[in-house]
Amino acid sequence: MYRDYILDHYKNPRNFGELEGATHTYHDSNPLCGDEMTMQLKIGDGHVDDVHFTGKGCAISQASASILTEEVKGKTLDEVKAIDRDHVLANLGIPISPARVKCALLGLKALKGAAWGLTAWPGEEVKAK
Amino acid sequence: MAVTVKPQTAPLDVARIRADFPVLSQTVRGKPVVYLDNAATSQKPRQVIDAMRRVFEEHNANIHRGVYEFSERTTAAFEEARAKVARLLNAPSEREVIFVRNATEGVNLVAYSWGRENIKPGDRIVTTVLEHHSDFVPWQQLAKDVGAQVVVVDIDDEGRLRRDQLSAELRKGAKLLAITHTSNGLGTVNPVKEIAAEAHAVGATVVVDAAQAVPHTPVDVQALGADFLVFSGHKMLAPPGSGAVWGRTALLEEMRPFLYGGDMISRVTVSMTEWNELPWKFEAGTSSYVDAIGLGAAVDYLTDVSLERIHEHELSLVGYLLPRLGEIPGVTIYGPKTLESRVGVVSFNIEGIHPHDVATIFDREAVCVRAGHHCNQPLMTRLGVPATTRASFYLYNTIEECDALVRVVHAAKKVFGV
Repeated sequence: MYRDYILDHYKNPRNFGELEGATHTYHDSNPLCGDEMTMQLKIGDGHVDDVHFTGKGCAISQASASILTEEVKGKTLDEVKAIDRDHVLANLGIPISPARVKCALLGLKALKGAAWGLTAWPGEEVKAK
Repeated sequence: MAVTVKPQTAPLDVARIRADFPVLSQTVRGKPVVYLDNAATSQKPRQVIDAMRRVFEEHNANIHRGVYEFSERTTAAFEEARAKVARLLNAPSEREVIFVRNATEGVNLVAYSWGRENIKPGDRIVTTVLEHHSDFVPWQQLAKDVGAQVVVVDIDDEGRLRRDQLSAELRKGAKLLAITHTSNGLGTVNPVKEIAAEAHAVGATVVVDAAQAVPHTPVDVQALGADFLVFSGHKMLAPPGSGAVWGRTALLEEMRPFLYGGDMISRVTVSMTEWNELPWKFEAGTSSYVDAIGLGAAVDYLTDVSLERIHEHELSLVGYLLPRLGEIPGVTIYGPKTLESRVGVVSFNIEGIHPHDVATIFDREAVCVRAGHHCNQPLMTRLGVPATTRASFYLYNTIEECDALVRVVHAAKKVFGV
């Protein structure tokens, strides 16, 4: 599961850091593991001119997000919106156990939130008490 | 970090104990399973499985209802399980033992039935940062609902309760002290007897979460001086769905029921209901009676082995593991570094590897540990980490399993190049 390229993306994440001039930003987290993820897009003329992420967490969540950013650069916003979970899991190229699927998909969730311009994930707007 | 254990009792015959647990001879991907997640749940011995199977195969019927042989036998077995729990806890009366699904349900019973009647606006609920969410969220939410205040007492850098702070907070006044006997995240054992006396001196009622204590050490509710004490069966060789609340008769008598329905009544008319006597007043609906009977068998098993010996066995494993784990570069151990007032829980992190990655790598070697926040988010925040990896022992664990744990820590470091 911890192939060299996964560990490489974890230790040397691509497109990592604050994105200046971002037009779309979405933050998400997984309280179960304490993983944090922010995806930022700079959209010009319907295309992803640039994408960055910041986050901390396990190797799977961080590598998955890093791989995703490499893929979406240059895509149209509609193409980004159409990326699905099966595609992301296949792209990771390693078997993901049911307990780790949430880790593997945190980057995608944050990317979708940014692409759709969400402020809260549908169904997760419930306020804390 | 030199630690030694001087056994006061004869060591456990662990090989013989392991033979009672069918699941421990299983393999995962061809490797013998190393089960070190006992603070989450325990494995079950043949004796407990058989006791439950016998109910289903030999005399299953609903309890407290049928006027026929099967129902009477099942009822007797259920009430005998209650008597066993009462003896285990040294409860003054079996009537003070209420069967619930788990410790969480137990705390909720106390929070809803006692708390909503007795906690008033402005009252102070004193608790600790060591609490499991099950002994924290019910009080936090109760406080929000009634306008009370929750005061959270801190720990020192070794994970021991700040006694000075606790005493100071109690002196400011408290209606309730909700305290864990033993931390599920760090293994710290709190001096509950001493603290309960201080709490009573300021008129506070004392609720003790003993979910990590009753399975591992002798617990005497009278010696502790608690007012309520809760625990889960599944952490002590019994099935999930079993557990109990112990409470003082005088308090239980004054309380309203938690759940309404069948079995908790003595008389119902269209306009009123009279409650059943203790403890059945708090056991609405058909109880998980087979689980409770399983709990009774687990109590027998633990009593036969002896909880004193189990505790010493677990401490000897901690004493073996702590220095070996602690000397590995990059490993940080959270919680008490000595064997004083602690149990067999060892929480740690490996620098540069997230606990979930650690647990995934351990899993490849069939080593089962918990990685996460352990239902201890306020404690994780206090420690400044999102999560930890936790190994937790029970009577069937061995020195060889400690060695296996140390080996997989090295393996994880190798995979991540740290």
